[in-house]
Amino acid sequence: MDPYTAGTPRPQVDADALRARIPGWGADLDAADRPSVPRESFDPGASGAHWEVPTQQPGGEERERSIEHRQLTPVFGTVAPLAGLAGRIRRTAYRRYSEGRLAHWLLLMAADRVEVLQSRLPGAR
Amino acid sequence: MKAMVYRGPYRIEVEEKPMPRIEHPNDAIVRVTLAAICGSDLHLYHGMMPDTRVGTTFGHEFIGVVEQVGPSVERLKVGDRVMVPFNVYCGSCYFCARGLYSNCHNVNPNATAIGGIYGYSHTCGGYDGGQAEYVRVPFADVGPQVIPDWMSDEDAVLLTDALPTGYFGAQLGSIDEGDTVAVFGAGPIGLYAARCAWLMGAGRVIVIDRLDCRLERAREFAFAETYNYEQVRDIVVTLKKATDWLGADVAIDAVGAEADGNRLQHFTATKLKLQGGSPVALNWAIDSVRKGGTVAVLGAYGPVFSAVKFGDAMNKGLTLRMNQCPVKRQWPRLFEHLQAGRLAPSEIVTHTVPLEYIADGYDMFSAKRDGCIKTLVRP
Ligand SMILES: NC(=O)c1ccc[n+]([C@@H]2O[C@H](COP(=O)([O-])OP(=O)(O)OC[C@H]3O[C@@H](n4cnc5c(N)ncnc54)[C@H](O)[C@@H]3O)[C@@H](O)[C@H]2O)c1
Ligand SMILES: [Zn+2]
Ligand SMILES: [Zn+2]
Repeated sequence: MDPYTAGTPRPQVDADALRARIPGWGADLDAADRPSVPRESFDPGASGAHWEVPTQQPGGEERERSIEHRQLTPVFGTVAPLAGLAGRIRRTAYRRYSEGRLAHWLLLMAADRVEVLQSRLPGAR
Repeated sequence: MKAMVYRGPYRIEVEEKPMPRIEHPNDAIVRVTLAAICGSDLHLYHGMMPDTRVGTTFGHEFIGVVEQVGPSVERLKVGDRVMVPFNVYCGSCYFCARGLYSNCHNVNPNATAIGGIYGYSHTCGGYDGGQAEYVRVPFADVGPQVIPDWMSDEDAVLLTDALPTGYFGAQLGSIDEGDTVAVFGAGPIGLYAARCAWLMGAGRVIVIDRLDCRLERAREFAFAETYNYEQVRDIVVTLKKATDWLGADVAIDAVGAEADGNRLQHFTATKLKLQGGSPVALNWAIDSVRKGGTVAVLGAYGPVFSAVKFGDAMNKGLTLRMNQCPVKRQWPRLFEHLQAGRLAPSEIVTHTVPLEYIADGYDMFSAKRDGCIKTLVRP
């Protein structure tokens, strides 16, 4: 029986052996070399954005959005806009329920199935 | 133009679609020269992601040539060869200003809990993806970058998601010198996470999967010890035994929503859709990491709740860290690793299919046939 003790039962690492076996072992040992450490670092100039607020993309009048957003985002995808029965279900999901509500997601999943069935009806395409 | 088009779960086709247009002054249109299929695409292909609309094009891993730029684009010009991070992001919101590019608040009207992702359902903003001849790239001055001359197309496309994500996962583990790191999943993400754990000074790296050919890659590419969870009675006990009965210091979930290994979890998540994902690998990570240890989650889960063993995580005093990867933040350091020969991401590419046959590519990757690990797509 090996009792549980305070010391580490792990063998000391042999850094030289690891370096010889694994290309780059330990290259990012120092957290300063890890690009996502610390997680947040405030540097608004770093991204390449040359605007404080992006210009609004036009054409979003009918665009559905989460009610957890204050307004439509400045940029948005425009493929497959809401249409047909699936579109009506999706609109209800977005208008009535936040992302925090199960009903939001259940309606969206129901709409996905409805849309697939409809698209397979003869003459649908 | 030709594009992959979603027609319903397990049904994708290649169809003629209208060319994408400049819709915002900072948009660019990119002619795709190489794309890839990701494990995340399988969640869409299997119908796991709410608001995946018929007629949309997937693909968030792609590189190409700038074909057209909007009037406010300053950093790119027509003809530039560019790599595009999978994140769509504005660069100027509260989150982008702090480096949280994957959590941008200005690009996804459909949800606040996730940023924008190319070709990843309306829940991620409703953008078409790059498994196509052409793609719209918003915020061309922020995301894309000219590919350095020394970098191959294969490496560049793997740097748009898979490699940075694996590397990011190792960072989320806050690995200290000598740590034992357990990685669940030996897909591209798990293989890269395992390999990158060494860069941060891991003392041991253990990879768990059920596919022997992938475990073989984990031994060769990622220098890892491996366990096939189907060939042991209880993977958690096996890992405890292998780690002096303490558990690993760090565990990484590189599996996500469709994890196998528990029939009830798998069935309720993937067939009945009663949970956002099957957290089998995540629960194994929680149970096999040591008390006070860190669990890093790279695996993607849907927006509905999942049956995670939160009580164990709490009682063990674990730190749980996770995110979609902010890809471009990883690039400068990863470029150095590639140039120094410390990482060669294209070593795990097993297949390249022409866009016309992309349905076969999905089918093969989904069924994990033919030793498939990473599949590239050539338009
Ligand atoms: N966080 C991010 O930014 C990000 C980026 C890309 C991918 N992802 C996610 O990472 C995950 C992996 O992606 P991938 O491309 O490597 O996918 P993949 O499908 O190729 O790999 C998943 C692997 O997990 C294995 N697996 C299944 N159940 C398991 C279990 N219980 N324990 C251990 N292994 C198990 C499978 O056999 C497979 O080899 C996906 O969920 C994907 O959505 C996240
Ligand atoms: Zn991906
Ligand atoms: Zn932003």
